[in-house]
Amino acid sequence: MATPREIAIAAERRDIRNRWLLSSPALLIIALAAVGPLFVMLLYSFMLKGDYGDVKPWQFSGDGWFGVFLQRDIFDDTLTVADAHITIFWRSVKLSLMTTLATLFLGFPTAYFIATRPPQRRDIWLFLVTIPFWTNILIRTFAMQEVIRNEGIVNSVMVWLGLISAPVQIMYTDWAILFGMAYVYLPLMVLPLYASMEKIDFRLVEAGYDLYATRLQVLRRIIIPLVKPGIIAGSILVFIPSLGAYVTPRVLGGGKNMMLGNLIELQFGQGRNWPLGAALSITLMIIVTLALLVYVRNASKTGGGHG
Amino acid sequence: MAIGKAAIEAVGVTKIFQSSGQDSLKALDNVSVTIGENEFFTLLGPSGCGKTTLLRLIAGFDFPTDGQILLHGQDIAQLPPFQRPVNTVFQNYALFPHMTVGQNIGFGLEMQGKPKAQVEARVAEMLRLVQMEELKNRRTSQISGGQQQRVALARALAPEPKVLLLDEPLSALDYKLRKEMQIELKRLQNETGITFIFVTHDQEEALTMSDRIAVISKGKILQVGSPRDIYDRPAVRFVANFIGETNFLEGKVVSTAKGQAKIALDAGTTIAASLGEGAKPSGKVTVVVRPEHASVVASSGKATLLGKLENIVYFGTDTHYHVKLNGGGEFTVRHQNVHAGALAFEKGDKVGVLFGADAARVLRD
Repeated sequence: MATPREIAIAAERRDIRNRWLLSSPALLIIALAAVGPLFVMLLYSFMLKGDYGDVKPWQFSGDGWFGVFLQRDIFDDTLTVADAHITIFWRSVKLSLMTTLATLFLGFPTAYFIATRPPQRRDIWLFLVTIPFWTNILIRTFAMQEVIRNEGIVNSVMVWLGLISAPVQIMYTDWAILFGMAYVYLPLMVLPLYASMEKIDFRLVEAGYDLYATRLQVLRRIIIPLVKPGIIAGSILVFIPSLGAYVTPRVLGGGKNMMLGNLIELQFGQGRNWPLGAALSITLMIIVTLALLVYVRNASKTGGGHG
Repeated sequence: MAIGKAAIEAVGVTKIFQSSGQDSLKALDNVSVTIGENEFFTLLGPSGCGKTTLLRLIAGFDFPTDGQILLHGQDIAQLPPFQRPVNTVFQNYALFPHMTVGQNIGFGLEMQGKPKAQVEARVAEMLRLVQMEELKNRRTSQISGGQQQRVALARALAPEPKVLLLDEPLSALDYKLRKEMQIELKRLQNETGITFIFVTHDQEEALTMSDRIAVISKGKILQVGSPRDIYDRPAVRFVANFIGETNFLEGKVVSTAKGQAKIALDAGTTIAASLGEGAKPSGKVTVVVRPEHASVVASSGKATLLGKLENIVYFGTDTHYHVKLNGGGEFTVRHQNVHAGALAFEKGDKVGVLFGADAARVLRD
């Protein structure tokens, strides 16, 4: 005969077992879909590359990680820094930061405009902001190409106005990538900014004016601090996909102006260097995580306290 | 009360809010009023009467469609709010949630470009004035409603405005706190000597705090005067009705002499009444009598009106006697319950109502 205590313990064990059993489908999906592929990537980054792509299974090597920052000369085997990679890393970070800033400068007035409309009309403006999402990113990027190419609208209009004598080369430059990414990611900035601005009590703005603050001071001292959570969310939402952007730099930047996404794709495609591609991918993840940590820490230090 | 030098003058101010479509709202209609220096001036009226609109025009949040707003004789109607030496205490305080109590109070001075040391000193002084020294570094979300109210006051007073505007600042507080703040506001006004323009829909608040009151309805100022003027000598039906309880008696003017009139009431009796400000000396008129200015007397003795006692309602401090007048109409009399005891009348008794010519006033409308 089991004592009451033993029965209780057994029941508790059964309870715990049931809980695991019930949540196992969800855990399985997370394991297979999220953690699994990442683990495969990590594993591949430490294997020898196969001759025609893929990897040589279970033959471990540091070559992949080695290749992220260094390169071996084909003829005399001397080691040099992989400056092509460094350039691409730097371009990715730089363009992503610029995209974040550009969307912030364009998105802030846009969100402010929407937030200050009468409530029943805000929905229409928000709806208009989200319309680009209905179309595939590739098509939107090609549309951007139509706008900025030498015979495109921007150049034609500027030549016609006499501002420039010959079309300016925008396509296949960093600027083209910047324009394209700013256009594609702008809604991701506008929406969180709007969400924060909508909550602002505009009597605070009046109180600011009442207390001798000029328009600029009201913006700097009252509106921006109150919208800070939106600025942080929008910046994260724009910066992270920008860093890994693939379609936009491919279409608008051409072969010369690669970003990290293109470099990684190259390793898995023509480069036939899967370990390097895997190592580059994980490096990208590390950069994003570090950037997020720095950003969130800074933001919570200065921006906390309300909301 | 005599008005000293004018602090704020509104001259023929009209404000029309143009909304989409044809319907536009005339919030203020040709309003003129002079508010003296060091005055506690109240704009009293029901919600939507235009009192807050007038306040916003003085603050600079809206601009008048027509007319002038003078501050010490200078037209400020078109200046932006940050160029007016006028500060506002907002209805819901509008404290900056991302700043501490001290930062809130110092904000105006900082924006005026005052040196840091001076700002600090003034903030400390203001905190002392509203008795909140120990809460300087708290967030505004961490203090109570009454404390927020004090911070809002201190913030608006810190830059030493020429005029302080208060937009129903006590309406969010509970009854007891409201009473305390009424006294506090009065004290602050005395200590600072700043002109206070106070907006409220609460007649009791207006009567207890103000030097003068302007009663506003439908965008027009109906009457301006001291609380006693407004209460004892209402000029129009709206004022008489809005402030306190009143008996209205309809009748015709029979004759007038020296500010007094003989009125033949529709109920049949003829009474003597004094002519109110701008009251017409002939034709159909309305006479008002405050319930506490009349008394219930025996019907056999000297009485102004006769009737039957319909109801007696006991209120603690006083008792209300509802009299159904002979010839129609009702009349309420309020008797204070003094130690001597209740009046010797009972429900259903035939009684008289007695009041003098100075208690009955002929209205303008």
